[in-house]
Amino acid sequence: MADQHELKTQITLPLSKAVEISFNSVKIRFGRSLITVSGIVLAIAFLMSIWAGNAIVEGLISAGDPKINLVLQQKGVEIDPDSTAARQKQSKDAWLAVLSLLVCLVGIANAMLMSVTERFREIGTMKCMGALDGFIIKLFILESTFMGIAGTIIGVIVGFVLTSLLNMSSFGAIIFDHIPLSQILGDGLWAIAIGSVLSLIGGILPAYRAAKMEPVDAMSLEV
Amino acid sequence: MAMEEKTETTVETEAATVVRTQDVKKVYVMGEEQIHALRGVDLEVTQGEYLSIMGPSGSGKSTLFNMVGGLDKPTEGKVYIDDVDVAQLDAYELAWLRCRKIGYIFQSYNLIPVMTALENVTLPMVFAGLTSDEARDKGVELLTQVGLGERVMHKPFELSGGQQQRVAVARAFANDPAIILADEPTGNLDLNTGREIIELLRQMNTESGVTVISATHDHKMLSVSDRVVWVRDGRVDRVIDRDELKIEVGTIDGHE
Repeated sequence: MADQHELKTQITLPLSKAVEISFNSVKIRFGRSLITVSGIVLAIAFLMSIWAGNAIVEGLISAGDPKINLVLQQKGVEIDPDSTAARQKQSKDAWLAVLSLLVCLVGIANAMLMSVTERFREIGTMKCMGALDGFIIKLFILESTFMGIAGTIIGVIVGFVLTSLLNMSSFGAIIFDHIPLSQILGDGLWAIAIGSVLSLIGGILPAYRAAKMEPVDAMSLEV
Repeated sequence: MAMEEKTETTVETEAATVVRTQDVKKVYVMGEEQIHALRGVDLEVTQGEYLSIMGPSGSGKSTLFNMVGGLDKPTEGKVYIDDVDVAQLDAYELAWLRCRKIGYIFQSYNLIPVMTALENVTLPMVFAGLTSDEARDKGVELLTQVGLGERVMHKPFELSGGQQQRVAVARAFANDPAIILADEPTGNLDLNTGREIIELLRQMNTESGVTVISATHDHKMLSVSDRVVWVRDGRVDRVIDRDELKIEVGTIDGHE
């Protein structure tokens, strides 16, 4: 049998191939992927709507226009950021955002676990063909990251658009004059980063579980 | 075992041993209970041989089959594949062995559903480090060889059971293995399709000199096998060579 070094180079799969395989498997299981992705979309859209909503209102407040301030007060918005009510609202928003992210994480992890369980046979087959643990891990992590990135980008857009429409209906088109675009863009990037990291975390455990299976166990399980 | 020694075919005396098991025992622990799947099996498989392992379910047939294929490790005893003790191999070497030395064929085909026939066949080649171009050419060649040259871009669900199993046969031959392991390859197929797959396997066996080991209870397998090993209650019950088989084929149903 060939020496160890040669063995390693022989059975390492190029990343591009792993990307291709995992991308295809997301594409082909489109219906199921859509459900997973929609979970991510909803969670991130929620997060984004909280952030964007706050940013829009802050933009209106900082405009310092008495007319706008009047409208804001009519809508029950606390203008003074240091007031107790505003602080309470901030902490409540933060709490809601954290909760939505937790739900999102559990959703992704669950979807990935399901996806692994469904494909025990496939994983066992790949291991029989000579796939290493690392390759299986790569495959599943890439898959969850693809879904995560797609989901968060859609979520950010959906969250922003819905919040803008909502705020427009209460404050009028004037919000677009005072919208803090750079801040919202920053929030959006943050949301994308958080969503991608969460889907990565959600994918690691199932991927590890998939990779550690012996081919015999994987094949003999009736799923 | 006595019967095996009596007959001397030239192939068996000259060819090298590919797989050898030495007093292999396998115990599964299920809660308090110990299940002895194998109670000491000695078996030698020679190069180029077409060997069938037969036995009722629960006989230890599948366990023995998995041992021989490097898919499972014995509780006691040794399994040598190409004179290498399988128990001594680490994860990399096992993957290498499965990739290069052994081709697997399964009862339920086990093609990757999201991949085309060609992609399924080339997957083991990719694991073996072939470039995409080399793999594609070889994949097309193999698929043509099993009679699916026109259907390389079909997905598994667009193929019939027999065609899927042909893809699986082509995939098993992807890296020119020394051993083909076929686990009930005809179990999900009707009589004629099953016969076609058996003939295909036998043909590839004759042409490439690959060793075929198949676990089965399909009696159609008997006529093409060089040797049939009956497993019963975790032991090799009897071994019958090709010459004797021809005489016995008529009475096998009575024996089982």
